[in-house]
Amino acid sequence: MEQGITKGMYKKHILELYKNPSNFGVLENATSSATGYNSFCGDEITVQLAIKDGIVRDAKFSGSGCVLSLVSASMLTDNIKGMKISDIKKMDEKEIKKLFKTKISSSRSKCVLLPLEAVKKALE
Amino acid sequence: MRIDNQIAKILKKDFPIFRSNLGLVYLDNAATSQRPASVINAIKEFLERDNANVGRGVYSLAERTMKKYSSARKVVADFINANENEIIFTRNTTESINLLAYTIFSIIPKNKDEILITEMEHHSNLVPWQQLAKRNNMKLRFVKIKEDYTLDMDDTKKKLNDKTAIFAFAHVSNVLGTVNPIKDIIELSKEKNVMTVIDAAQSIQHIPIDVKDIGCDFLAFSGHKMLGPTGIGVLFGKKELLEKLPPFNFGGGMIGKVTKEDSEWAGIPEKFEAGTQNIAEAIGLAESINYLKKIGLKEVREWESYLLKYALKRLKEIPGIKIYNPGDEKSISLVSFNLPGIHPHDVAGLLDEKKIAIRVGHCCAMPLMEILNSKGGVCRASFSLYNTLEDIDLLVDSLKEIQEMFK
Repeated sequence: MEQGITKGMYKKHILELYKNPSNFGVLENATSSATGYNSFCGDEITVQLAIKDGIVRDAKFSGSGCVLSLVSASMLTDNIKGMKISDIKKMDEKEIKKLFKTKISSSRSKCVLLPLEAVKKALE
Repeated sequence: MRIDNQIAKILKKDFPIFRSNLGLVYLDNAATSQRPASVINAIKEFLERDNANVGRGVYSLAERTMKKYSSARKVVADFINANENEIIFTRNTTESINLLAYTIFSIIPKNKDEILITEMEHHSNLVPWQQLAKRNNMKLRFVKIKEDYTLDMDDTKKKLNDKTAIFAFAHVSNVLGTVNPIKDIIELSKEKNVMTVIDAAQSIQHIPIDVKDIGCDFLAFSGHKMLGPTGIGVLFGKKELLEKLPPFNFGGGMIGKVTKEDSEWAGIPEKFEAGTQNIAEAIGLAESINYLKKIGLKEVREWESYLLKYALKRLKEIPGIKIYNPGDEKSISLVSFNLPGIHPHDVAGLLDEKKIAIRVGHCCAMPLMEILNSKGGVCRASFSLYNTLEDIDLLVDSLKEIQEMFK
């Protein structure tokens, strides 16, 4: 299995982040939040943001999902802290997939994009 | 000939997909099966030698095509012990059931306004009936499943009543593997004068079916789940009922006479086969039946049962595994399960890295997932005649490794 992992999506750094996620929990001073659903697999991720002067000051997430969707949420919430709302709105699939530092297969695009969907919904 | 592990390995060689994908462990046969070379060649040969339209041309090429198409229908009819004119070619099980759901209302007695299905239905045997009920103000009712993943026959008896117009049910559940007691169900339905529709998508490759013996009114299945091509399915219907049903699609090939003002329909089964049909696929389907007959469905069933028994035994070695299956005596060769705390999509993603293909998710049975309390879906491994004990060992050993990784 080890050899397979180094080739595939479930690299060590991804599994580590899954086991010890960043920003998992409840944000007390949130100014907006939204939930993304994936009806295909029942995944559900809620993102909470604290926004001031058009900039995301803090972000947390909660919910349940597969490794890829939860790791995506960890990395995305890390990434958007300090970012302008207008820049976050421009983020797309390519940028999310880049965060993983490994190739994400097309059948799992929905998983990794779920947190971004929730973030964009929260910014509406 | 009895199939054992050695024979299964030889049978695997009949399927070119395994030559093109060395090391592939294909355990998603309930989604679609692989095709033997004989089926692929039958389609290729037909397209290269005989291709013309059916029921129209008067030249020898068209006659040859017509002969092949008709004999394909005969092969299908013989396979389930039906008459040739009771076999309607469709695209798949879903289209077969939709054909019925769109036409059957006109032959439902006025005093009946309930449609009965079960909690274990695939969306294809649920949504068409749900929508038929909505269109016509009918009530859709569900027979419950029991904790052992079998159908609740007491609930069946309770819900089959004088108001029930149709009882549509799966022969085999695509998630649980459960084989339903179809003869008992038909008998109970007849007592209440209920029309019966069997979704045989998951049983047709695994269990011999004799429609005269079963006594069902309608039965639907797909070619691609029985070693045949995609794009071809079958609806069997009793002659007297098919004659009463109005057509589903209108157009060429399904008419007797057309004037500017009105049309008359062709006889059965042509009445239901408007437009140019999937001729090559029908011929391919006949070839898949020939292949299955050559090996013997009884032998296939015995080997697949053994595979399931072995799989259940080995899967139970995994600590904490949740298995959704009624046991090898009541199930066909598929098993759904969940590893505690590991998302089904991650299980499938990691298995894929070992070239093991399984199905994960809601398996087109969302209401059933709620009953199983499994919103994230399940992992499903489904076996066919070409699967071996080594395939199952690889699956189980890999699942154990995945569990280790998540510790």
